[in-house]
Parts: sequence; structure tokens; C-alpha cells
Amino acid sequence: MINDFHYLKPASVKEALAMYAEHDDCKVICGGQSLLIVMRQGMVAPEYLLDIKGLKELNYIRFDEKDGLRIGATTTHREIEKSDVIGKRYPVLVAMEEKLASIQTRNWGTIGGNLAHADPAGDPGPVLIALKAEIKFGSSNGEKTVPLDEFFVDYFETQMEHGDLVLEVHIPTPAPKFGCAYQKFNLLDSEMGIVAAAASVTLNADGTCADARVVLGNAGPTPLRVTKIEDLLKGKKLDDKLFAEAGKIASEEAQPVADIHASEEHRRHVLGVLTKRMLKKAFEQAQKA
Amino acid sequence: MEKQVLRFKVNGDEYEVFIHPKTLLAEVIRDHLGLTGTKRGCETVSCGACTVNVNGFSVKSCSVLAIQCQDMEVTTVEGLEQHGKLSPIQRSFLDHGSYQCGFCTPGMLMSATAFLNEAKNPTKDQIKESIEGNICRCTGYNSIVRAIEAVTQGKYKEE
Repeated sequence: MINDFHYLKPASVKEALAMYAEHDDCKVICGGQSLLIVMRQGMVAPEYLLDIKGLKELNYIRFDEKDGLRIGATTTHREIEKSDVIGKRYPVLVAMEEKLASIQTRNWGTIGGNLAHADPAGDPGPVLIALKAEIKFGSSNGEKTVPLDEFFVDYFETQMEHGDLVLEVHIPTPAPKFGCAYQKFNLLDSEMGIVAAAASVTLNADGTCADARVVLGNAGPTPLRVTKIEDLLKGKKLDDKLFAEAGKIASEEAQPVADIHASEEHRRHVLGVLTKRMLKKAFEQAQKA
Repeated sequence: MEKQVLRFKVNGDEYEVFIHPKTLLAEVIRDHLGLTGTKRGCETVSCGACTVNVNGFSVKSCSVLAIQCQDMEVTTVEGLEQHGKLSPIQRSFLDHGSYQCGFCTPGMLMSATAFLNEAKNPTKDQIKESIEGNICRCTGYNSIVRAIEAVTQGKYKEE
């Protein structure tokens, strides 16, 4: 049963920020595909609900060769999935969206809402961090932009404080020799990942690794960026042996919990396998780029 | 808490309803408008029995605040029939026996309708993906996929 709440419907971002600052016990709803579930369970019962779904100002996908990709917070998952420019320049994002929940959820749920909800099993987090995304949020006191991996601080918790709204996700233009891959492990395509791994590789002109990232999903309180793997791979000529070693590190560094879906041991094992495979896939893409 | 006025179109008809802002779209459709074709199943965005189309996009009405559909156009399973004539996907479902208990059918039809409106020459895999958000607990998926496929092949074109 959803608790009663006062409904706030701002007409602009400015008005939304003012309303949010004014009301203490206030939650923000956009698509509500995550929030309504926890509200129905009574885990979240705010006195005020601020509805930003209709804010067209935040609904955009802009790409510029120099600046990269900017996605407004109220852009739906389906809009990202169907975007030509994203499909062309960031195919991993489209592949991730196609497996994110169901079509119905993607039609109504938004990227800003997903990131603000900060579920460690969420799909966009790991992929966006592998793509070196940063996130812009702000309140009536001003805006702030932080790397996405620093944005998440704990289970369902972000750097945002009361009054802050997610405004935009910014992804830089990929380097010329860049590849990025993501896979989640689950039993049904449209389910949350039991575990997941995203990897990106940037190569130098001589074929050595300029930069790499591995980000694990549902393997700890936040999407988990494994910097030990980055240190291992940077400057080296990548091969299967290094990918296997990276997989081993991922298994060790992960902090998964055990639940009805899988044991901790099983999760560690699968994270290692996924890391190895995704690094290889990203590497091969970078070679071909 | 103050009631709100929701003005929207359902199956082409204009409605004005007074609702608590916490009212879900499925509740408005079933309890306020009496359109009980839309089913409430899991109520946790999993099963898809409550699927309706909002501005042409399929959504799970158990997890959409009705008030967010202000000024929008909603189509429910009752809206598929036009002038006493079943829609192509409805006729195809009948011909292919795409029902067992029938509980998932309204949602399946709405997902299929949204898909058929945008898909051009879809593959069988794409057809299967189009109902990924709808669960049939009788597991009668094959006949449903065949019914959608028949429509994509132009077998139910309006005369």
C-alpha cells in the first residue's frame, strides 16, 4: 500500500529545485519504475512527492564530436536504446539498454532515475563508468559535476544531498582505438543481473594498452571499479594471459553477497569469467576501431 | 491529501477523474473507469498483465502513477476493437489459439500492438523480444509468437 503524499508538479527545473529545497520529507519521482516498488512495500513513504517526469528541459540526447554525448536526466531508457547517434558511437549503451528490464519499463523509466536510485545491480552504472562518464546534479544552491564512479557511495546512496536533482550524464567522445563491452549474468534476459561486468580498453598507436577499466555490477555496495586491473593492464601488450589474470583479480576484489539467486563463491567465479571475456571483447573492438 | 484532476483520453474517449495522486494507472483504468480488461497480476513490474499503451508506448500500468498521464492518450485492450471489428492481432490470436487461461492476454495484446506499430519486417527473435516483459504462466508462448508473426507477414491486413 502506497502511503498518502502531497503531489508537487513543477513546470521547470528551477521550480523543481525551489520546491525540493522547501520540503524536507520529499522524494523525487521521474518514471518511478524503481521508486514505486519500494513505496508500495512501505520502505519509502515521503510526505511530498516531486514529479519531474514532465520536465522537457531535461529530456535530450546531444552529441558533439568534441564535447561527447550528453543525456538529460528525464530521457527514457527507450529513447537511449533507439537513438541513432548512440547506436553509432556508443553501441555498448544500446546493447545494455536492450537488456535492461522490459520494454514497458524502458518506455517509462529514465536514466536519471536509474542512477539516482543507485541500485548496485543496475545496468547503466557499470557501463557508464567504463565509458568514463560524469554526472551533473544540482540544487537551488548550484550545480556539481563528478565522475560517475565517485557519485555512488553505498547501497542506494549517492553523493547527492537533500535538494539535489540529477541533471545530466556526460560521456566523453571515445578515443580512436577504444572498445567497451558489458554482460550481465542472469537466468532471464529482462532480469536484474545476478552479477555483471563492464570493461573498456583504449589502445596506443603501437597496440599497447593506454587505458583500461573494469567495473563490476552487483558485486558490492556500488558499481565496483577495479583499479588493480587498470594498473595491471596499462602500458602492456594485452593477451589472454593478462585477461585471465584480470579475471582472477576481479574475483578477489569483488564484495558480493549471497542470496537466493547465487552463493558468494559462485558470484566471484562468474565475475572472474565475465571480466576476462569482456576485457577480451573490448580489446578486440579497440583493435578493429 | 488533496485529490487531483486527471484529464486524459482512454480508447479515444475523454475522461476527467478526481484521484489521489498515489493512484496507479491500473487502478484508475479498472476501478474508476470500469475497464477491467487490464489485469493486475504481480504488481511489481514483472508480469506485464497490466500492460497498456500510453501515447503509443507500452507501459506497465501497475507501476505508473495515473497522474503522470495528464493530457496523454491511453489505449487498453478494450480499445483495440474498432467499430465492432477486432484488430488484426486480436483476430490472429483467435486463429492461432494464443490463449490458455487468458490472464496474460490483454497485456500480450498491448505489447504486440505497440510492437506491430513500429516494427518493420521483424525477425522471429525480435518478435520474441517484443513480449519479453509479459509472462504467460501457462507457458503458451509459441502460439503467441506465431500469432504476432502472422500479422507481420501481412495475413491480417484490413480489407
